[in-house]
Amino acid sequence: MASESESGAAFSPRNFLASRTRWHALEIVFWLSTLLPFVLVPDYLQLASQIAIAALFAISLDLILGFAGIVSIGHAAYFGLGAYTAGIVSKYGVSEPVLLLVLAAIVSGTLGYVSSFIISRFRHLALIMITLGICLMLYEVANLTSWLTGGADGLQGIKIGPLLGTFKFDLYGKTAYAYALVVLFLCFLVCRRLIHSPFGLSLRGIRENPVRMPAIGAPSDAHIRKIYTIAAVIAGMAGAVLAQTTSTVSLEVLGFQRSADVLVMLILGGAGKLYGGILGSIVYMVARDQFSGINPQYWYFWIGLMMVLVVMYLPNGLLGGLEKLTRRWRGKS
Amino acid sequence: MLGSMAGILFDGFAYGMLLFLLSVGLSVTLGMMNFINLSHASFGMLGGYVTVTLMQQLGWPFLATLPAAFVISALVGMVMERFMFRRMYRATDLDQTLLTIGVVFMSIAGAAYIWGTVQQPVVMPDYLSGSFLVGGVNIARYRLFLIVVALVITLLMIGGLEWTRFGAQIRAAVDNQRMARGLGLDVDRTFSLTFSLGSGLAGLGGALAIAMVGLDPGFAFAYLIYVLIVVSVGGLASIWGSFVAASLLGICDMAGKYYVPQLGSFLIYLMMVGILMWRPVGLFGKR
Amino acid sequence: MSETALATRGLQKNFGSLVVANDINIELPRGARHALIGPNGAGKTTLLNMLTGMLRPDSGQILLGGADVTGLKPAARVKRGLVRTFQINTLFPKLCPLEAVALAICERERQSGNWWRSLPAYRDTLDEAYRILCSLQLGGDCTRETRELAYGQQRLLEISLALASKPGVLLLDEPAAGVPRNESSALFQAIAGLPAEITVLFIEHDMDIVFTFASRIIVLVGGRVLVEGTPTEIAADPRVREVYLGHGKHG
Repeated sequence: MASESESGAAFSPRNFLASRTRWHALEIVFWLSTLLPFVLVPDYLQLASQIAIAALFAISLDLILGFAGIVSIGHAAYFGLGAYTAGIVSKYGVSEPVLLLVLAAIVSGTLGYVSSFIISRFRHLALIMITLGICLMLYEVANLTSWLTGGADGLQGIKIGPLLGTFKFDLYGKTAYAYALVVLFLCFLVCRRLIHSPFGLSLRGIRENPVRMPAIGAPSDAHIRKIYTIAAVIAGMAGAVLAQTTSTVSLEVLGFQRSADVLVMLILGGAGKLYGGILGSIVYMVARDQFSGINPQYWYFWIGLMMVLVVMYLPNGLLGGLEKLTRRWRGKS
Repeated sequence: MLGSMAGILFDGFAYGMLLFLLSVGLSVTLGMMNFINLSHASFGMLGGYVTVTLMQQLGWPFLATLPAAFVISALVGMVMERFMFRRMYRATDLDQTLLTIGVVFMSIAGAAYIWGTVQQPVVMPDYLSGSFLVGGVNIARYRLFLIVVALVITLLMIGGLEWTRFGAQIRAAVDNQRMARGLGLDVDRTFSLTFSLGSGLAGLGGALAIAMVGLDPGFAFAYLIYVLIVVSVGGLASIWGSFVAASLLGICDMAGKYYVPQLGSFLIYLMMVGILMWRPVGLFGKR
Repeated sequence: MSETALATRGLQKNFGSLVVANDINIELPRGARHALIGPNGAGKTTLLNMLTGMLRPDSGQILLGGADVTGLKPAARVKRGLVRTFQINTLFPKLCPLEAVALAICERERQSGNWWRSLPAYRDTLDEAYRILCSLQLGGDCTRETRELAYGQQRLLEISLALASKPGVLLLDEPAAGVPRNESSALFQAIAGLPAEITVLFIEHDMDIVFTFASRIIVLVGGRVLVEGTPTEIAADPRVREVYLGHGKHG
């Protein structure tokens, strides 16, 4: 009965927007299928956990790049800081992964908050240079403080205890994947709420038209500082999970290659959609695993070609392309 | 002590001139079209490999390879501008960044495929190698040559920009593109030529760089960062700004490596972030 | 005379040697319907940019409801009720009008910092957004992406966005720019229907519209206020005829 009065009523802006935020059946199917590797490809659980970590990192970049339109080519700064935090602290007796994860999130978030005051002032080339500069500086710092970080040799002596004191990180990566998946899913839930909130709408406003925002009274800088900090927290968590599940941290976590890789994954999948980063990291990581026989030097040729093609012919990434296809298909039938 | 300081100033300035040649083209094209071209240093690398190949395979003398490095880089730049970059002028920062990073990746992998990942050896002619002492300062012949070449090119560029018709067109297009178009100026053609010239200069810079900093496929990325620092610190579309920023960067880098080698490139990055925070449009930038 | 909503005192701005604002003193009483006219390059949009804080004057003061707002940032002025529209559409291309107007209301109500509650939970905000859009004939298209809307609808959305900020003083920069004549009257009917307590200053080139809707007219020439008066006074003023109408701007 109630539904009848609802449907009979005039257009309801509330229902229209609510229908956009509702969980789609495909989403539920997707998240359930993330459990499949446990049974279908138990030999690839390490890879699966790497994918989950990459996806988490890509989601973090999506928050600032896809939603707020802030281009960063130095996002590895927060990922690497999280990884080093988790790795270094574990050497000094804190071995509980969850505690390390929280610590890494706090440290990365703090750097994100501090640097957000710089970031929010810039646009265009200067912004790109600043994001890159911060990451390069951090790389140099990690390289210089080899007494702490192990420098170019990588961090030695990481000791990660069993998860929650119970689940040991095994050779097959069962615990690793379960852990990475849970962290990914929880962070995803938070991000999903965030993008459907008034704050998420403001971020899209900044992306769509940074000039208009102050003219509707919006504190754009404050919004940017906030999302940048949140993104840094999530990137730091992704880094920490990597450190914990592989028990290694090397300078590579802060390298330009890592910043570029996550950018590629996000753009390949489609920015500004949350699932784009996840899809992109699956495709990218699986492809890299399959082609691991190729000299990594040449691998980057194909990555480069793909970036060029995606930008020129697939502006909204794989997800955008799929959406377009389904729309066309529906339009015909 | 004074002698070593003067030596560092000289070496740093020579290095700065190299960076200037590598980056000045990007400064102008960025100022004109606002197109973020991260693949600019790849053209420098191309010029370097042209010189290496001509010298090693065909036995050309070093000096004769320099014009070839310029011309080939300029031609490749023109073709890529025409078929790829031109479509992206109105695209977002992100798309421009991604596209050109993609080109960087391809150029690095392509160079590794063709020339291998090893450092390329070049043998400089006698008249360019060795050094002499002036007032206790060790002057390397090659570096002096580098400075002279860069200064001549700077003068040519400033003169050309000031006194030629093409220079006036460039200035108009940088200053106010809409107005320039309104006055019937073919901005696309002007830009295409400018882009090609800038790529050529980068190619020349790359060819000159081998004897000083070496050449391997990592060049396109390693020098991209230096180029971007020069452009963002110097300010867009400012030849003079690029000149000052490149000299400053070259000298600071040399001094840093001499006095505090343990800090690595940290100082350079710090300097860049610091200057950008102080003046977001660069030292000589207007917008 | 009723109280003053917006006033400037000795506003001055130079771009190099070019004087774009020269000792501008204007005063808008509450509820005013003032038009700002002048030939191209007279400094109309520059004045609007200074009033809204997008451009900093070299000297002079801007008073909003008697308080000095000269040093305030644009967003802070909007919070105090000084709102503008743009001559060239400055919208959110991939948001639908409903989202765009809801965004403006969220910013006004300081709900935009909330990143945990879902947007549909803000029932009042959404209802108000829809009401504003309906009042400007955009109700039927409020779920399409802005970039898909017809140009005239986008002009209406410009005004809807401004209204969502609950302006005390509304500055309209050529609201009908580019809209065909037969449609622009509908746009100005909407503006005429604005609540009487909103103070309106609009820039417009079409003299018929200016003379129909403005209670007073300010004529700006070369960065200076040439003359201010009622439409009849302005129409009769020989100086205005010479510098403005003489140029044959619209006919």
